[in-house]
Amino acid sequence: MSSIVSLPDQTTARIPKRNYLTNENGILSWLLTGDHKRIAMLYLISITFFFFIGGALAGLIRLELLTPQSDLMATDTYNKVFSMHGIIMIFLFLVPSVPATLGNFLIPIMVGAKDLAFPKINLLSWYLYLAGGSLTLWAMINGGVDTGWTFTTPLSTHYVNTNVVTTGLAIFVAGFSSIFTGLNFIVTIHRMRAPGMTWFKLPLFVWSHYAASILMVLGTPVLAIAIVLVLLERTIGIGVFDPTKGGDPILFQHLFWFYSHPAVYIMILPGMGVISEVISTFSRKRVFGYSAVAFSSVAIAVFGFFVWEHHMFIMGVSNYSTLVFSLLTMLVAVPSSIKIFNWAFTLYKGSITFETPMLYAFGFMGLFTIGGLTGVFLGASGTDIHLTETYFIVAHFHFVMVGGMLMAFLAGIHFWWPKMTGRMYPEKISQLAAVVTFIGFNFTFFPQFLLGMLGMPRRYAAYPPEFQVLNVFSTAGATILGVGYLLPMIYLVWSLKYGKIAGANPWQATGLEWQIQSPPLTENFVEIPVVTQDAYDYEWLERQKEHEVTQVG
Amino acid sequence: MDHISPVIWQFLVKWLTNFAVIPPEASKVAPQVDALLLFMTLVSLVGLTLVILLVVTFSILYRRERNPVATQIEGSTLLEATWTIIPLGLFLVMFVWGSVLYFRIYTPPPNAMQVYVVGKQWMWKAEHPGGQHEINSLHVPVNQPVDLTLISQDVFHSFSMPAFRVKREAIPGRYTTVWFEATQEGTYHLFCSQYCGTAHSAMIGQIVVMSQDDYKKWLASSTSGVSLAQNGERLFASLSCTACHNGTPGARGPSLAGVYGSTLTLTNGQKVTVDDEYLRQAILNPSAHITQGYAPIMPTYEGQVSEEGLFSLVEYIKNLDTNYRIQQTTTTTELAPAATAAAPAGSNGKVSHE
Repeated sequence: MSSIVSLPDQTTARIPKRNYLTNENGILSWLLTGDHKRIAMLYLISITFFFFIGGALAGLIRLELLTPQSDLMATDTYNKVFSMHGIIMIFLFLVPSVPATLGNFLIPIMVGAKDLAFPKINLLSWYLYLAGGSLTLWAMINGGVDTGWTFTTPLSTHYVNTNVVTTGLAIFVAGFSSIFTGLNFIVTIHRMRAPGMTWFKLPLFVWSHYAASILMVLGTPVLAIAIVLVLLERTIGIGVFDPTKGGDPILFQHLFWFYSHPAVYIMILPGMGVISEVISTFSRKRVFGYSAVAFSSVAIAVFGFFVWEHHMFIMGVSNYSTLVFSLLTMLVAVPSSIKIFNWAFTLYKGSITFETPMLYAFGFMGLFTIGGLTGVFLGASGTDIHLTETYFIVAHFHFVMVGGMLMAFLAGIHFWWPKMTGRMYPEKISQLAAVVTFIGFNFTFFPQFLLGMLGMPRRYAAYPPEFQVLNVFSTAGATILGVGYLLPMIYLVWSLKYGKIAGANPWQATGLEWQIQSPPLTENFVEIPVVTQDAYDYEWLERQKEHEVTQVG
Repeated sequence: MDHISPVIWQFLVKWLTNFAVIPPEASKVAPQVDALLLFMTLVSLVGLTLVILLVVTFSILYRRERNPVATQIEGSTLLEATWTIIPLGLFLVMFVWGSVLYFRIYTPPPNAMQVYVVGKQWMWKAEHPGGQHEINSLHVPVNQPVDLTLISQDVFHSFSMPAFRVKREAIPGRYTTVWFEATQEGTYHLFCSQYCGTAHSAMIGQIVVMSQDDYKKWLASSTSGVSLAQNGERLFASLSCTACHNGTPGARGPSLAGVYGSTLTLTNGQKVTVDDEYLRQAILNPSAHITQGYAPIMPTYEGQVSEEGLFSLVEYIKNLDTNYRIQQTTTTTELAPAATAAAPAGSNGKVSHE
């Protein structure tokens, strides 16, 4: 297999002495930094920490479900475990994963700026995230919460005795970190593009983050409202959702899903941005139909706001409103399918190599296609009645969120790791990790589609014995998946010290971030670049290289 | 092979012999839902195969060894249009097909038999009009549409019957309905599928589909002796509803005989059709449901009647076509207050509203 990786001569290569990591020393220089790259690294460490906590909880869930009885833990414990798994994975891992780490690190560099528009707000966003995360951990240690991540009233307001208030506050606070990140991106992308960097020269990574940022800024406040109302209802009984006081519990569903459906696009859109960069780089080709992919991100963001009621088809809403929301749900599926085909055709007449990020991207395409298509099963109202609230739902959103988003996150981490740290990870073992993850993932979650078809409800600590075989398959797969996630953790840390020196542009990629040293300077660019080339302009890159050679020669 | 691990062997044999991808098709709508599911699965498989085929073929044809230099292509409007319009068309077919099913599943036929179901932490309680009560099970006759009216007494629950491909949430504070027509005798799973707290996974039961004859026998052997409407009549009297809703000239409340299904004009001019949900709301929150021409004097019964009691009242009012017995009751009460117990037919004098 040939490879495009071109590393500098390892005998003479050095990590540049002056870079954002060495610029200042001491713990305070990190905790008080305004540098978007350092904040991205802080975020990366924190979300990895929470990912492994959420992952351990997932492991407990799968262990409990190995047998039909509720025997590993009491049902109350199981309920807490799956609630905390959902809360941690969604609010503390998936929502910030790509935007707060890769987005934070790369967006200013990609648009040719020295930092984000509001560096201090960026740092504040990390502290809010940390506050939210600590509150969640505190709630967990202090007895946990068993409402599920959806906080359904009146269960959350009147019927459970767990730490709903603490967890609610945690999510409220963490929500603001997401709003601030989105706000920072929007302003940066609008106001701080380098000279010549027009909207249609932006990498698609920036477009997809722009779309996700709009969702963060407009959607998250609604979640905050819903959470505050739940907390007020629980503490002082204001009665907005309480039918005995004239309130309506369905109102909570509307408010909650008005954020939480767009939230899945907040999670997946940045991942789609990563996939565009990776597929283009490893097929040496401009993304097929650049503007179609860019506008489909925006279309997802716009339509994404008008489909929330498809979470409520069986809750006794009007049949006619179901008609409208089912139709809109079908429309929002189209831009995603456009993207998949555009990525596939980016490969056409390319010059393809199969480095680790590309393997993860292929994994994304397969798993996201399955996740997206099974979403249509649920968007069609007649079949949603049978499939909703079963393991089909669980399988569907894990295909999108884990098979899609987590694959994209890992693709992105591997792709930009040399840029962030200046070092390469070991290629063979990382390719193995990508393959193991893919196999483990399918083994874990595909049986759950069958369980859902058979009608096994989600969130069950005990289940009828006839569902055991498929559950055993799923648990077996989860152990493989666990190995797949531990491997990168080990070799990436290893590479920090022992990895090969990457040089500025190991992948021969076209983005502005690859034209500067690795790891970058604190100010990113020695002088602000003037952009004349399009995004993914590989011919321009060739000319640049020739130019350098002639100059040196 | 079984010398490797008897346990795993047993396991696989058992699984392969009982392997199923769909639950039994035990209702009229089940094959129709399955047809759409099959269509969607086929479309998905074709779509997935197409994507995999494209990726694999291009990966082989255009790998770096074979194609060292990429050819830059901007895109193609024709191709873009193709993969916009074809998926859109397919999704729209699924939308229409799915919506037709949705309306069918949630629109009960007029000849449906009514059963009332209350969900509570953590059990299902079914109330049959004939006075049969059951917990965590539901007996229904085969080939007979059954219309369930659901409500929750506490948190959200969901009445899920996978073998019928039908489920509906039971919500506090409002009625929801769902209907099905079982086509195969047998015992099927009943799940609560909306997470409802500690014993959510224990809130399961069974749907027993019986032949018409067996069902009649079951009805006769399981009745509590007092039908739902009779229980409602007793409640109606004991809550003193008869004082105003008695149909006499000059009564302070409107007559309720034949009110079910009629259209009322409220004091605010709004026109409403009287159904189960309206009756429930009018009992619990009367001031917002005052019929034109009457004074807003009815007190609320919020917290005084259980959901089962409300079902009884609704069933009673639904079947009320004359005020004769109400007037009998009030007259008897006026003449001989001690004789109230004798008034409602079939009553044993005890007022039951749990």
